[in-house]
Amino acid sequence: MTFPILSVIIFTPLVAALIILMMPAERKTEIRMAALLSAIFALALSFWVYLSYDQAAAGYQFVEKYNWLPQFGISLHLGVDGISTPLVLLTGVVMFTGVIISWGIDDRPREFFAFLFILASGVFGVFVALDLFMLFFFYEIAVFPMYLLIAIWGWVKTREYAAMKLTLYLFIGSVIALIGALAMYFNSGMGTFDMLMLETANFSARFQQIWFLPVFMGFAVLGGIFPFHNWSPDGHVAAPTAVSMFHAGVLMKLGAFAALRVGIMLLPLGAKFWSPLILALATVNVVYGAFIAMTQTDLKYMIGFSSVSHMGLVMLGFATLTRDGMTGASVQMFSHGAMTALFFAATGMVYDRAHTRQIPELGGMAKALPYVAVTFIIGGLVSMGMPGFSGFVAEFPIFMGVWQVKPWIAILSALSIVITAAYIMLAIRRTFFGEMPAEFEGHIGPISVMDKVALTLLSAMMITLGVFPGVMVPMVQTGIDNVLRILGGA
Amino acid sequence: MDFIYSHLLSVILFFPVLAAMILLFLPKDEVKLIRWTALITSLVPFVLTLVLWSRFDANGGAAFQFEENYVWYAAINSNFHIGVDGISLSMVLLTTLLTPLAILASFGITDKVKAYMMLFLFLEMGMLGVFMAMDLLIFFVFWEIGLVPMYFLINQWGSKNRDYASLKFMIYTMGGSLGLLLAIQLLGVLFGTYEISTIVAGWNDITGGTLMGMEAATVKTVAFWAFVVAFAIKVPVWPFHTWLPDAHTEAPTAGSMILAGVLLKLGAYGFIRLVLPLYPAESAHFAGWLAFLAVMAIVFGAFGAYGQDDFKRLVAYSSVNHMGFVLLGIAAAAKAYGTTNAHIAMNGAILQMFNHGLSAAGMFFLVGVIYERTHTRDLRRFGGLFPLIPVYGGIMIFTSMASLGLPGLNGFVSEFLVVRGAWSQLSGFTAAGMIGLLFTGAYILKGIKNVLHGPLNEEWAHGEHKLTDINTREIVVMVPLMALMLSLGIAPAWLLGVINNAVTALF
Repeated sequence: MTFPILSVIIFTPLVAALIILMMPAERKTEIRMAALLSAIFALALSFWVYLSYDQAAAGYQFVEKYNWLPQFGISLHLGVDGISTPLVLLTGVVMFTGVIISWGIDDRPREFFAFLFILASGVFGVFVALDLFMLFFFYEIAVFPMYLLIAIWGWVKTREYAAMKLTLYLFIGSVIALIGALAMYFNSGMGTFDMLMLETANFSARFQQIWFLPVFMGFAVLGGIFPFHNWSPDGHVAAPTAVSMFHAGVLMKLGAFAALRVGIMLLPLGAKFWSPLILALATVNVVYGAFIAMTQTDLKYMIGFSSVSHMGLVMLGFATLTRDGMTGASVQMFSHGAMTALFFAATGMVYDRAHTRQIPELGGMAKALPYVAVTFIIGGLVSMGMPGFSGFVAEFPIFMGVWQVKPWIAILSALSIVITAAYIMLAIRRTFFGEMPAEFEGHIGPISVMDKVALTLLSAMMITLGVFPGVMVPMVQTGIDNVLRILGGA
Repeated sequence: MDFIYSHLLSVILFFPVLAAMILLFLPKDEVKLIRWTALITSLVPFVLTLVLWSRFDANGGAAFQFEENYVWYAAINSNFHIGVDGISLSMVLLTTLLTPLAILASFGITDKVKAYMMLFLFLEMGMLGVFMAMDLLIFFVFWEIGLVPMYFLINQWGSKNRDYASLKFMIYTMGGSLGLLLAIQLLGVLFGTYEISTIVAGWNDITGGTLMGMEAATVKTVAFWAFVVAFAIKVPVWPFHTWLPDAHTEAPTAGSMILAGVLLKLGAYGFIRLVLPLYPAESAHFAGWLAFLAVMAIVFGAFGAYGQDDFKRLVAYSSVNHMGFVLLGIAAAAKAYGTTNAHIAMNGAILQMFNHGLSAAGMFFLVGVIYERTHTRDLRRFGGLFPLIPVYGGIMIFTSMASLGLPGLNGFVSEFLVVRGAWSQLSGFTAAGMIGLLFTGAYILKGIKNVLHGPLNEEWAHGEHKLTDINTREIVVMVPLMALMLSLGIAPAWLLGVINNAVTALF
């Protein structure tokens, strides 16, 4: 029997969470070390999966299947394809960087890391699940700790409100999607939740058209699709730094990923039927999100709305149902994940020192925090879609895909590029350059080596992908080709 | 050595990045070391360009030489394909020549020297990439990359109003390239490749029918203007020029040298490399409009320059004026596509690009020299400085005359060729442009008069503000520029020969 690498990846954070919970609360250093070690372990494994994924063979690899409730056709069926492999790596990276960024958390670190790891476990689970039931199972595991993490460790002013809003939005979304999943289960008549088998169920066109929208939109809520996006900036802002990183970095990808996996791949005819609507909504995301981001004065809100805009590009790419568009969208998930994790990490470092995130109140931070400034600028360039960085590599094919279906949408949504450039450049200038307000003089301490490691790792990934798209795109394409086969064959 | 010879272009292109990486690991307080490292490493691409020039076969060789082709982004079929023909070769030479001079000119910078030098080297890579690209996407990649270092050079080392100017520069250029980006995507989707030669051939084969649900002719016209606007903003062509005086005025001296010397050429190069080959019919059809814009740039640029009291703004507007001649030549070549007149006009336009690169860089540097000493650029506060700083005065008059187009210096040759080629096609516009040349003379003489002649402002003659003459380092910056101005004025054949072969092959 081969090494069950995927289940080890899923259960590493979970086991680590249990171990951490059993440690005495006052031994904070040991708790942190345990968290760090397990994060490194999970990162190493996910990097191993990424490297050893065989692109020539394509398809689902590292497959594991254990019966769980055979009476209902539920099994722990795991596997990764070209789309989910980069996302597993992304989760590993965000988990690792999230832990080292949160090194300084002093308020109940034991519970904090435990909840964070349960969340990570759920996220890994969704990306590798090949069973519909398991996908929901992990999905809820990922959403639930979010509530506690925000409500307990969040920003005092809005944490209860934001945590409640986020949880309600996501639960309602997932319940609607769950109804759709049950409809598929019963309609297929196969008595299984196995997604690979459901792909061959040949649902009637009418069934697919009716159920696509609830399933897709139910998940897309977590992807921040308009008009169900407004939980997300509130959630980002209220969450502590590491949770924001997780939230925007990988949690929003869960929504888009599940919408693809369950919505588009199981109900391809429905996807074809509704794609114009999704395209239209996603365009609103892209353009409107960018405009709203521009009007924000709170750095975290600005990044939150820019996430809405960028996740709109992911939806846009998927909704084109073309090879270019979907490839770009998958790469964008990775690129945006790294970028936004970097943004929130950098913002957190500024906030921890200046105790404000209001852009007009900041200034001159580059002098005290040059490293943060440089990496924030790199993130900004990714966000603007500047060539040479991963954002360009991701966005360009998305736009090419949109050209193939609705040229005017390409033209319209391209506006967001200039708007994004404007607000990012303004935010960089006002936060990091200019005069430093007198009250900060001497109060802005340097960042730690840990912080530098996190920022460097995230920046390096974005530059590597931007300069050498070949390190990821061909892999993603093998996954997309499978989606296209389903779309074409249905 | 074999590796360098067989990868000459990519070595030239990426050496600045390597140099920037070396700088990154130098201690940031060792300012002298950083400066000299930057200067010496930036000379390497220049020397390699001379090697390139000597190995380039201008007569009878293939149009594009030293080609290199690697897979870059397989998913959308874009290759890292670079090569040079006579046109790009002359622009590469201009870039690798001006960058070390600009770095030498920046030895006075004391604030964040390391970051400054690194940005300059990245900027050099961006500009070189545009001139070498044979793949449309690679062209765009380098086109956009150049923006970032320039933005930060203006924003961080500029003068008082730098925030406004740098953002305006950024948004203008990004907004302009939006249409370009969309048009490139359209072409990529249509042809499934970004290879420029393939796209040019395929695009010109489409003469009727529908594209994307619209008439092909309409789509082509829209795409034509998308390209034109993007490049016109960069040139800049009237009425898209308003970012330029602001950016120039606020940029540090060396930034202005590169901005005027090379970055503006990117726009004109885009016209020559992409617009004319891709849209010969549209270009010919709209040549009158382009010529009109060119003449407006010449005339209004001259008027604008004359109206300035800020020395640097005066030189900035002169760029609008001079680049107008480039566009006029391009418009004439578009109209007369394939004839001798087109070749003459195009030769003139490209030579004018090179010449303006020399004279504008020189003029901006001279403005910087006097600004560094007096901390003002206000022409009304200068005057009568010639006896105080005779060497500077001589150099300034020489450079101004080159810019004016005095026969015997370089500007004359190129402007003459443009006018000669344009006359039979666009007589009215050419005549109007010639009258504009009159005002060119006026503003240049105004500059000379207000700085060097007239009553002396006593402030500069004595005391703590006593003006010192141009120093050796500064003379070293100017000497190569002046030598080229003179040699191109007397014997332009060495450069025109290379350009002409490419022009006749292309048009």
